[in-house]
Amino acid sequence: MQLEPGPAVSSKTVSDIAPRLSLKGITKTFPGVRALSEVSLALFPGKVTALVGENGAGKSTLVKVLTGIYQPNEGEIRIDDAPVRFPTPQAAETAGVTAIHQETVLFDELSVAENIFLGHAPKGRFGLIDRAAMKARAREILSGIGANIDPNATLKDLGTANKHLVAIARALSIDARVVIMDEPTAALSQKEIEELYELVEGLKRQGKAILFISHKFDEIFRIADYYTVYRDGQMVGDGVIADVSEPDLVKMMVGREVSQIFPERQQNVGDEVLVVDGYEHPTEFADIGFTLKRGEILGFYGLVGAGRSEFMQALFGITRPSAGQVRIDGAPVTIRSPADAVNSGIVYVPEDRGKQGAIGALPIFQNVTLPSLARTSHKGFLKLAEEFKLAREYTQRLDLRAASLDTDVGNLSGGNQQKVVIAKWLATQPKVIILDEPTKGIDIGSKAAVHEFMAELAAQGLAVIMVSSEIPEIVGMSDRVIVMREGRMVAELTKADITPETLVGHAAGIKEAAQ
Amino acid sequence: MTQTRSIPDRLQSPAERYLKSWESLLLLVAIGIFVANSFASPYFLNAWNLSDATFNFTEKAMIAFAMALLIISGEIDLSVAAIIALASTAMGAAVQIGVGTEGLVVIGLAVGVLCGAFNGFLVTGLGLPSIVVTIGTMSLFRGISFIILGDQAYRGYPPEFAFFGQGYVWWVISFEFVLFAIIAVIYAVILHKTNFGRAVYAIGNNATGALFSGIRVGRVKFILFLLTGLMSGVAAICLTSRLGSTRPSIAFGWELEIVTMVVLGGVNILGGSGTIPGVVIAAFVMGLVTFGLGLLNVPGIVMSIVIGALLISVIALPRLWSMWRQA
Repeated sequence: MQLEPGPAVSSKTVSDIAPRLSLKGITKTFPGVRALSEVSLALFPGKVTALVGENGAGKSTLVKVLTGIYQPNEGEIRIDDAPVRFPTPQAAETAGVTAIHQETVLFDELSVAENIFLGHAPKGRFGLIDRAAMKARAREILSGIGANIDPNATLKDLGTANKHLVAIARALSIDARVVIMDEPTAALSQKEIEELYELVEGLKRQGKAILFISHKFDEIFRIADYYTVYRDGQMVGDGVIADVSEPDLVKMMVGREVSQIFPERQQNVGDEVLVVDGYEHPTEFADIGFTLKRGEILGFYGLVGAGRSEFMQALFGITRPSAGQVRIDGAPVTIRSPADAVNSGIVYVPEDRGKQGAIGALPIFQNVTLPSLARTSHKGFLKLAEEFKLAREYTQRLDLRAASLDTDVGNLSGGNQQKVVIAKWLATQPKVIILDEPTKGIDIGSKAAVHEFMAELAAQGLAVIMVSSEIPEIVGMSDRVIVMREGRMVAELTKADITPETLVGHAAGIKEAAQ
Repeated sequence: MTQTRSIPDRLQSPAERYLKSWESLLLLVAIGIFVANSFASPYFLNAWNLSDATFNFTEKAMIAFAMALLIISGEIDLSVAAIIALASTAMGAAVQIGVGTEGLVVIGLAVGVLCGAFNGFLVTGLGLPSIVVTIGTMSLFRGISFIILGDQAYRGYPPEFAFFGQGYVWWVISFEFVLFAIIAVIYAVILHKTNFGRAVYAIGNNATGALFSGIRVGRVKFILFLLTGLMSGVAAICLTSRLGSTRPSIAFGWELEIVTMVVLGGVNILGGSGTIPGVVIAAFVMGLVTFGLGLLNVPGIVMSIVIGALLISVIALPRLWSMWRQA
């Protein structure tokens, strides 16, 4: 194999076949973030390569580099050993690289045939689309993959599985030589997944090189021939799937030296403050129940889409659960809106700061006092002096950096915006604070500040729920962790059991690791 | 945390902010128009003529204040003129069965509030876009009025009812002008001095963020639709009283003049910013232009051209100014 071998397991090489597509030394940086750092990848004709890694390992960035959405800063892409560049998505498609995403871009109002051939329809006289030829070709491709779909049908009338088949037919219609499947089974039922496996087998027989991205280990071991593991934007291992075990893969995925330092904490757990019982939602989650004590930090871990944020937003009153009870300090409360949640003492710092957290065009002090206006006002009339006083107190506690309290929040950095959002909630004197991915997208320095502050809040007796996909953060900060998978709680770990291996094991549903 | 650093409350004093505001610019425009008018016509600087001129904007402005709050919150109500027609028709029908002045006022206000509640329910209850909903109810409300009246008119309003649109409180100061002033103050206080007004701004800037901050977004918007309906009812009473009759075409096309007044007053049509003082000045500007052109015997259609040109130029000028400075 002509790739640089990773430090970990890389036993049997596959140098007997020439790769269809190979990447070497690909680096992609964004302001402040190195998303990919000199990574390699090789895809072979007629073989499936699984790309494995945690959330944030750089898999999505890689797909975007391969499909011409992002341009790498360094490195080269070769197809059949000839260097290529993909300045646009069209260039990637012309070179024969196509991706079937988690949510493939198809057009609901167009017909199946139009979706398959959009952008490269067969042309007739005067450059007009030759509809008859297009439909005939579409029918041919669809029957080739065993899909019984009418090319004239409107896409929106098809189910999810058939839409996937249309996406695959589209991939075949451009005569793709490299097919990228990004979490293709995420939205499929077991029977549909079986059909997809057969289809992948069919694509292999046609000699396509396939990149298969999945979090589900059973799938990877079922259909992949090779694997490549990324971690924190770097390639850490690759090899033949038959030579590797699930625990080995997990070790490669998470086996980092924990370089971040987390604050020392005195566990100072008090009385029970929050009890959630039997929370359910028709589609997002089921049977969520747990208790939370004063001074405790409860981590929620899971893969993206495990239903953690959805549950938290239901607890905060954004969406309505179909069943379930909440008790605060032993008394049952009804939460039908965020206003109810705030009144009950539950506050939520959302993941999407720009849209849900801060109101960019309002000044800092108005953002901070927005949920506390009842306290800073008199009979519904504003008292600006009181507002400034409250805003000053809480922004100082968080060490906010800003020119003045009258500055619009939109002009602050991400870390400082997050401080405004947290100040806003602390000013309501809550009992339970939910932090959803509190350090996502903020720099290392601000991260440490947020962690330190979280520890301080817990020490002062606040009950903290922290939703995070970052394993070091979960391990470093939590007193207890609840792991969710596919909308359900699958494990509750106490301090001693919180290790990267157990977290990933439960989140991905691997039995050995989970024991 | 580390040592406490203090952040100043403000860098710019409120007075400084007012001086550089849109409202100050608009006030200069209003003064300019006033001076130009007094040179253009010898009849302009006459107390009674000026008093008459206020009727050009008082009724529309009453609705414009409520509309300003609605637009700042990111919604709009295009059915306001149709609500006037329906409220006026309801009052006219009540007159025919001998309802007195107090009863007429109650009916006018009630129809306004009910229409506002209907709009509010469709927008906040069912989550429909307000521009579509109120284009629909615009046809609906006025349609009902046309079905009831056809090409007929209701007359015979009681003599005391005439006070709302034709009465004077003191010398040249009309009842409508006083009402306009009181309503302006009430809305200025609601928008600028209360928690409710703060919520309106928050919603208009980022409705999701406001919801996630514990603001009852649906309730606030519903109240704003109720207020706009209520003000349409108030305007219906004043206008019907002033005209002394009801036709289904009453107040036809006013919704656009009202929205123009709000936008001219510096309210962002996309929501999030604007002030009541701005709308007050815009009301005067539009009233003065209409009145001045009327004195010069300019036909109505030309007036609407002038108002349209005024709107576009007042909005475009600051943009052109900054482009020119950058070039």
